[in-house]
Amino acid sequence: MSTDMNVVHELASKEYEWGFVTDIEEDRIPKGLNEDVIRLISTKKNEPEFMLEWRLNAYRYWASQERADAEPKWANVKFPPINYQGITYYSAPKQKKTLASIDEVDPEILRTYEKLGIPLAEQKLLANVAVDAVFDSVSVATTFKAKLAEAGVIFCSFSEAVQKHPDLVKKYLGSVVPHTDNFYAALNAAVFSDGSFVYVPKGVRCPMELSTYFRINAAETGQFERTLIVADEGAYVSYLEGCTAPMRDENQLHAAVVELVALDNATIRYSTVQNWYPGDKNGKGGIYNFVTKRGKCLGRKSKISWTQVETGSAITWKYPSCILQGDNSVGEFYSVALTNNYQQADTGTKMIHLGRNTKSTIVSKGISAGHGQNTYRGMVKIMKGAQGARNYTQCDSLLIGDKCGAHTFPYIEVKNASARMEHEAATSKIGEDQLFYLQQRGLKTEDAVSMIVNGFCKQVFKELPMEFAVEAQKLLAVSLEGSVG
Amino acid sequence: MSLLEIENLHVSVDGNEILKGIDLTVNAGEVHSIMGPNGSGKSTLAQVLARRDAYEVTEGSITFEGRDLLEMKPEKAACEGVFLAFQYPVEIPGIGNTYFLRSALNAQRKYRGEDEMDAMDFLPMFREKLKLLEMDDKLMNRSLNEGFSGGEKKRNEILQMAVLEPKLAILDETDSGLDIDALRIVASGVNSLRNKGRAMIVVTHYQRLLNYIVPDFVHVLVDGRIVRSGGKELALELEERGYSWTEHDAPLAAGARA
Repeated sequence: MSTDMNVVHELASKEYEWGFVTDIEEDRIPKGLNEDVIRLISTKKNEPEFMLEWRLNAYRYWASQERADAEPKWANVKFPPINYQGITYYSAPKQKKTLASIDEVDPEILRTYEKLGIPLAEQKLLANVAVDAVFDSVSVATTFKAKLAEAGVIFCSFSEAVQKHPDLVKKYLGSVVPHTDNFYAALNAAVFSDGSFVYVPKGVRCPMELSTYFRINAAETGQFERTLIVADEGAYVSYLEGCTAPMRDENQLHAAVVELVALDNATIRYSTVQNWYPGDKNGKGGIYNFVTKRGKCLGRKSKISWTQVETGSAITWKYPSCILQGDNSVGEFYSVALTNNYQQADTGTKMIHLGRNTKSTIVSKGISAGHGQNTYRGMVKIMKGAQGARNYTQCDSLLIGDKCGAHTFPYIEVKNASARMEHEAATSKIGEDQLFYLQQRGLKTEDAVSMIVNGFCKQVFKELPMEFAVEAQKLLAVSLEGSVG
Repeated sequence: MSLLEIENLHVSVDGNEILKGIDLTVNAGEVHSIMGPNGSGKSTLAQVLARRDAYEVTEGSITFEGRDLLEMKPEKAACEGVFLAFQYPVEIPGIGNTYFLRSALNAQRKYRGEDEMDAMDFLPMFREKLKLLEMDDKLMNRSLNEGFSGGEKKRNEILQMAVLEPKLAILDETDSGLDIDALRIVASGVNSLRNKGRAMIVVTHYQRLLNYIVPDFVHVLVDGRIVRSGGKELALELEERGYSWTEHDAPLAAGARA
């Protein structure tokens, strides 16, 4: 190994900066999962009957799956069996009463978000970004509510939506990801404790970026949030989520579900910067990020665009997908997934073309460093009625060092002969000659590596809202510290 | 004190000795040409000077402004003023040319304790240099060297040199792949950068380049040794008689200490 590569190696082993724990009193229920726990969660959240029924249904399905040992095993990731009875399914910061405004949020929690660079006090916020903050199991604050309400946009915690907008919740909950979809989606449906809810009414262009920040704090808990975004006819919304967790030796489960629904001429842009704790240098600890994200382009000319930057988690299992049901609807997936040390990622997308003249674009950039294993798994399905469907797929892998791996599993299923499909794939290594070239012009090794990696990801970064593109670049540089071996 | 002093330099790659005792002194303001047949070690010498670490220095020393160049990492050597115009410039997707060059310049300025240059100050200076190399500024919005023709890449190297203003520029086969017009442009770019404070080492295979960039000294490198040194007329003599003519004249290598 050359000395340059040594420097890059050191660079890649930089510490996780968000690994602190907030000392706060928690309201948590005992470990384990059974129908009583589901009832308890539902009671704690003061839910209407239909929600409890929905949860119990999901729980029974999940329990049958668990008995049948039907946990998905096809992904290219390895981990010991999860003890689902060893997890706490509800943990919330203790609050005496309902909060009337952000001033009443526990200052410890506000300090946590400030440390994370997400000040919740509205005046300090990034201009034009409304934030919903989810701490362990519950949403602690939603900012800019009033301004959004003026435009008719509903942006609140899922719990609040259940109370205040039960009809909308009833209509769309589970309509894109039913609880029978997969093992983790069933688990989420049974126990999810909070998340964000967005409804943008007809013809409204949401006046600001919406953002949710997820934070796992408590030990031995799982986080199971659920996000539902509905864009009514002609509406537009751009949404971003970010996530972090403390450093712990144990693996923590995060099994979220995100459902998007776009009606006629509506557009939803959904961006994720995922930075859950990835585990230490030797692969101990870290979050299992087993997430189901799917959008339905229900209406004509609707559009759903997923952009994700995945740098955290010990294991990522995630396929943000689009069901292109409306004629002329458009699905997009832009992804950067980075695995360093012993991280594993099996991620990609599904584009299901049902409507006529539907179009999908997939751009996936996988970066593997250290002992990281990075898998792209993507499915493009053109159904019989999807006359004139088109797909463009590009998936590129960048290897840093010689102990990591990149894998690609594209699945293509075409049932309509008029479809046009393009697929491009490339794997490259950060070459010593590229590094040397940049160094010879005066750039330090770490800056050179981060420049090359950022260049590689540029196609995806340009899809992110400006503020977050900058954040994503920095995050990538940090996540790469110590990366080359 | 000389700018660059190479003494008894021996260099191996994977256990094979490529340079077998090079002595060379270069003073500020001088242009030296290193000529030699394929495989004689010209590019190795260029890369060692730029501190590429695939090369193992087994014996000898290199001092740059009185300091041990062999102790420096590539980026440090670059910041101290050593510039290599690559024989094969690499392509790096997704990094804009202008952004890259400003980052490099600022890395060097920072090293020297100078203020970083913002885009407002950088661009006017940059446009001047573009004119010098007769380069289309549209190229600058593209990724670093990506999709550039061979000639555009070589011009881009000299453009970078013009922006970074090194003390010692090593031009490794800068003429290869250039047509006659591009050669003229590159050469005039290089000539405009000649000054009293700056030295150049022009590594080339053919005499052709030296019609445009006229060297003060010519050294002939054969099988890892400088076998002949002289003035610019030596290049012409080589052109006429071929490299084989020099191979039997090893004793003249003493004259290498120009």
